[in-house]
Amino acid sequence: MANSQPKMSRALQRRENVAGYLFMLPSLIFFIGFVVAPMIICIGYSFTDANMNSKTVATTFVGLKNFIDLWQDETFLLALKNTFLIVLVSVPAVCMFSLWVGSAIYHLKGPVLSAFRCIFYLPVVTGSVAVTVVWKWMYDNYTGILNYVLKGAGLIEQNINFLGDERFALWCIILILFTTSVGQPIVLYVSALGNVDTTLIEAAQVDGANDIQVFWKVKWPQMMPTTLYILVITTINSFQCFALIQLLTKGGAGTDTVMYRIYWTAFKLTEQAGHFGYANAMGVVLAIFIGILSAVQFKLAKEK
Amino acid sequence: MRLGAKRVTPYRVISIIVLVILALLFLFPLYWIVTGSMKPVTEILNPEPSFFPKEFTMNNFDRLFAKRTAPLWELAVPFSSQFSSDHKAVYFSVGPTAPAAFRWLINTVFMAVAAMVITCITASMAGYALAKKRFKGRGILFSLIVCAMALPKQVILIPLIKEISALFMWDNLWAVIVPTVGWPFGVFLMKQFSESVPGEILEAARIDGASEWYTFYSVVTPMIKPGIGALAIFTFINSWNDYFLQLIMLGSGSNYTISLGIATLQSETSIDLGILMAGAALAAIPIIIVFLAFQKYFTQGITMGAVKG
Amino acid sequence: MKMKKIVSAALAMAMALSLAACGGQNNGGQSTTPPPSSNQGSNQSTPDPAPTGSGTADAITVWVYPVGGWGDEAKVKPLIDKFTSDTGIKVTMEWLAYADGDDKVNAALTGGNAPDVIMEGPERLVANWGVNGHMVDLSDMIDDTDRQEILPAALAAGTSTDGKVYLYPMFNVAHCMAVNYTAVKEAGAEANIDLETRTWTVEQFDATVKALYDKYGTTVAAVYCAGQGGDQGTRELIRNRYSTKLTNAEHTAYTWNTPEVINALTDLKNMPGIEFDASLQGGDEIAKFYQGVLKMAFCWNAAQQMDPNSAGTGEGKTLTGDEIVYMCFPTQEGKAPEEGSGVWGLGAFNTGDEARIAAAKEFIKYMCDSENCSQAGDISNFFSCRSMAEGVEIKSSNPLLVEYYSKMMPYMGEYYQITNGWAGARTEWWNMLQRVGAGDDIAETVAKYEANANAAASAAS
Repeated sequence: MANSQPKMSRALQRRENVAGYLFMLPSLIFFIGFVVAPMIICIGYSFTDANMNSKTVATTFVGLKNFIDLWQDETFLLALKNTFLIVLVSVPAVCMFSLWVGSAIYHLKGPVLSAFRCIFYLPVVTGSVAVTVVWKWMYDNYTGILNYVLKGAGLIEQNINFLGDERFALWCIILILFTTSVGQPIVLYVSALGNVDTTLIEAAQVDGANDIQVFWKVKWPQMMPTTLYILVITTINSFQCFALIQLLTKGGAGTDTVMYRIYWTAFKLTEQAGHFGYANAMGVVLAIFIGILSAVQFKLAKEK
Repeated sequence: MRLGAKRVTPYRVISIIVLVILALLFLFPLYWIVTGSMKPVTEILNPEPSFFPKEFTMNNFDRLFAKRTAPLWELAVPFSSQFSSDHKAVYFSVGPTAPAAFRWLINTVFMAVAAMVITCITASMAGYALAKKRFKGRGILFSLIVCAMALPKQVILIPLIKEISALFMWDNLWAVIVPTVGWPFGVFLMKQFSESVPGEILEAARIDGASEWYTFYSVVTPMIKPGIGALAIFTFINSWNDYFLQLIMLGSGSNYTISLGIATLQSETSIDLGILMAGAALAAIPIIIVFLAFQKYFTQGITMGAVKG
Repeated sequence: MKMKKIVSAALAMAMALSLAACGGQNNGGQSTTPPPSSNQGSNQSTPDPAPTGSGTADAITVWVYPVGGWGDEAKVKPLIDKFTSDTGIKVTMEWLAYADGDDKVNAALTGGNAPDVIMEGPERLVANWGVNGHMVDLSDMIDDTDRQEILPAALAAGTSTDGKVYLYPMFNVAHCMAVNYTAVKEAGAEANIDLETRTWTVEQFDATVKALYDKYGTTVAAVYCAGQGGDQGTRELIRNRYSTKLTNAEHTAYTWNTPEVINALTDLKNMPGIEFDASLQGGDEIAKFYQGVLKMAFCWNAAQQMDPNSAGTGEGKTLTGDEIVYMCFPTQEGKAPEEGSGVWGLGAFNTGDEARIAAAKEFIKYMCDSENCSQAGDISNFFSCRSMAEGVEIKSSNPLLVEYYSKMMPYMGEYYQITNGWAGARTEWWNMLQRVGAGDDIAETVAKYEANANAAASAAS
């Protein structure tokens, strides 16, 4: 739109600057104050040996020591690996599943459609704490319904320790994350599919395209913006799985993530407790990875 | 239903059957919470689960309410804790002692509503400015917002606690509200909505001599209303469920939110699934009702934002 | 229009409640600057007028971990109310959970929002917050009479290596284990249980596990290792099996990379019915035992025996009414068992506010060194650490507790949880159990995690 307007006069530009910043101001106070500033402090801390217990001792600059240590910290590397595993599994899974559900329900009648939409959205609304309470019980090694059903169906002989066995624990967490993530993408896909230009579909059908061809050749390209938006919000969501880990496994049984590790390092009573410099270094590493990921996603979005 | 006259193919039949099964599976945890909260403890703990309660009881709720108590409300003189000699807030009204769960609900509603209202105001203003005002530094600001959107709050955990404490806000619901408002997703969303406001209308308002504020308030706001509605529900649900911020920012039981309260009960030594189920039901049901009531605005809103995403 | 109404209603509500949110701030106002450390220990319980001119604060915040019955609000409240009416100091109580209590306290400390008084054991109060300079030295509260009246081992546990008392001992207990006696009888293994001595050999224990496993076909007992909660149970189970110590006598290093520990782990790992369970912590294990699912619990003590799972369903009974019998940890024939030692007490955080520290000390004095000790002990279901206080005899009013005391206390082991680097070592411990449970080579795993623990110990010293 800027291109279509004539170049603004200097007075007008000043007016735009003033108005723009005044409108931004309330939001900026919160954003700069409680997101940007802490992030900058976090970066600063990450080069120091700041910790909770040396109240009176000046914090000293240690250069890149924290980052070098991180690179040799097995637990951290495992946490980093898990974090990316969660994102790399759950994001495509959520997108594909919601695309399928969306395409299967979008042509249904109004009330049925909204019933389905609501049901798939409910786990999002229920909230992570309430959801973990019930999932913890369902996964339970001794009295959980999942073991009961699997055993009853003859699929397993011994109860599976879902949250205590490192072969399963991370996948169990990803499953819960999955159920609490698909709601919004489904709603989005349903409406995107409903907005697809019908004349194009009809034209393709006249040309003899079958349903699958119509879907991938006509509908899919039109839904690209929606898909990219879904990728972005699902990625954001996948990084927010703190509550699941804190309430279900505490990072045990191979479910540690960087987000949980930061909290652990900062506040759990271990020898590293209160090692703020180190925890902040983890945060910086994670922020860098997320920054790259967001940049790639938005670059993709722009190209389309 | 433009495409309503669809052929019935085997694929369609199978997919509907699969969908119904999936829907039941998605409903199951919620069903399990609601029925679990009304089962006697012995039935909950039975290794052979009963899919439908054999016996309904409110005993779990009774025990939840008896477990912790708190004043139903505490109205303090604002900022009084900074000035009182012992750094305690001065209360001018303290409610009767009630089950803490009720206080937690009140706290949660207050927190979510405050976060929602403030976010809607600040984000719609900022989103409008980013979309329609050609001010300097706009590009950089927007990139910053996009980058910060995906940032998990754990990254800034330590500086945030220090900052909130230095502002005397720790263990106060505002400590949770303020970072929630700062999270820039709302600004991003509102920018997407504001893009759709036609420039000609703004131009017309300007030529008519309307002030910037008047233009925003009476011309732009009505046009982005569905977006504000969507953001409102989005923020409400998000802050209701943001367990992490609540965990690190709220220190005393009377300031807990319902999520935090239930999580704390869960981690106590004596694990009482009956109480936990009652708590989970109490945490989930109000917000589900809110969601169902505003469902229409919600789906409308998130859809409109995304199509332009 | 409808939307508008709703929004305005919401706004009105927000405004009304915004006042509420400004309240409820308990510690927010305190200074974040470091308090002058020279003031430590110079306070009396009846303080000199502080420069701030306020004397003793009229309100304090007390955070308690769920130490026995002290986790139960209804039980604690009468004593707190009595304190308030006797002294005029208002108390805000907060109940922490073992699962995330540490995080809470550390998060509070980070921002300078620590509570005034905290109740827990020396492994946190002394070995962590104490030596790291967050606590007030209470040695001025303990005079010679007190030193005679307080159990020496308990006082020693509350004292740091440089002689500062960071924990005023309140009560102690021997941690033991428990069996579901009804189930044992059904499995026909009650001959292994000696109700008189409450001790048993490894062979008797193994036979009981086998009988229960044969009878029920499900996990009999869990070596729980989801976290540090209740980890004393797994430690005592493992070290008693071949009677060894996990630390050296000076409490400076860890010595658990021994054939005794490796053999014990190997035995347990290979025993049908014993499961290394990384989804449970001590609290979960108790809950499972209380439900009747597990037939043995390793995370047991007097408070659990008096009120299993703090559920209020009666002394020594599971949810289903089975009889619970507490037992020592099994040892080899002829070896005396050594039960885990638990000590709890009160400590005061150095908030930098003289008036509040004075009030905190008054609270500690009231609970730990006055005739109220008996009541405080009764609430906890543990045993008071002292025989007399201010000329009054301190005793338990619960005969079952007295019986537990007479049977178990002779076997109470030393308090080694103040060994250097303890917080790190206990993390290594449960991580080690998780690795053993996952099937790693036991000798290698034990060596590796002991080395980690010792690295933590030497870093701390």
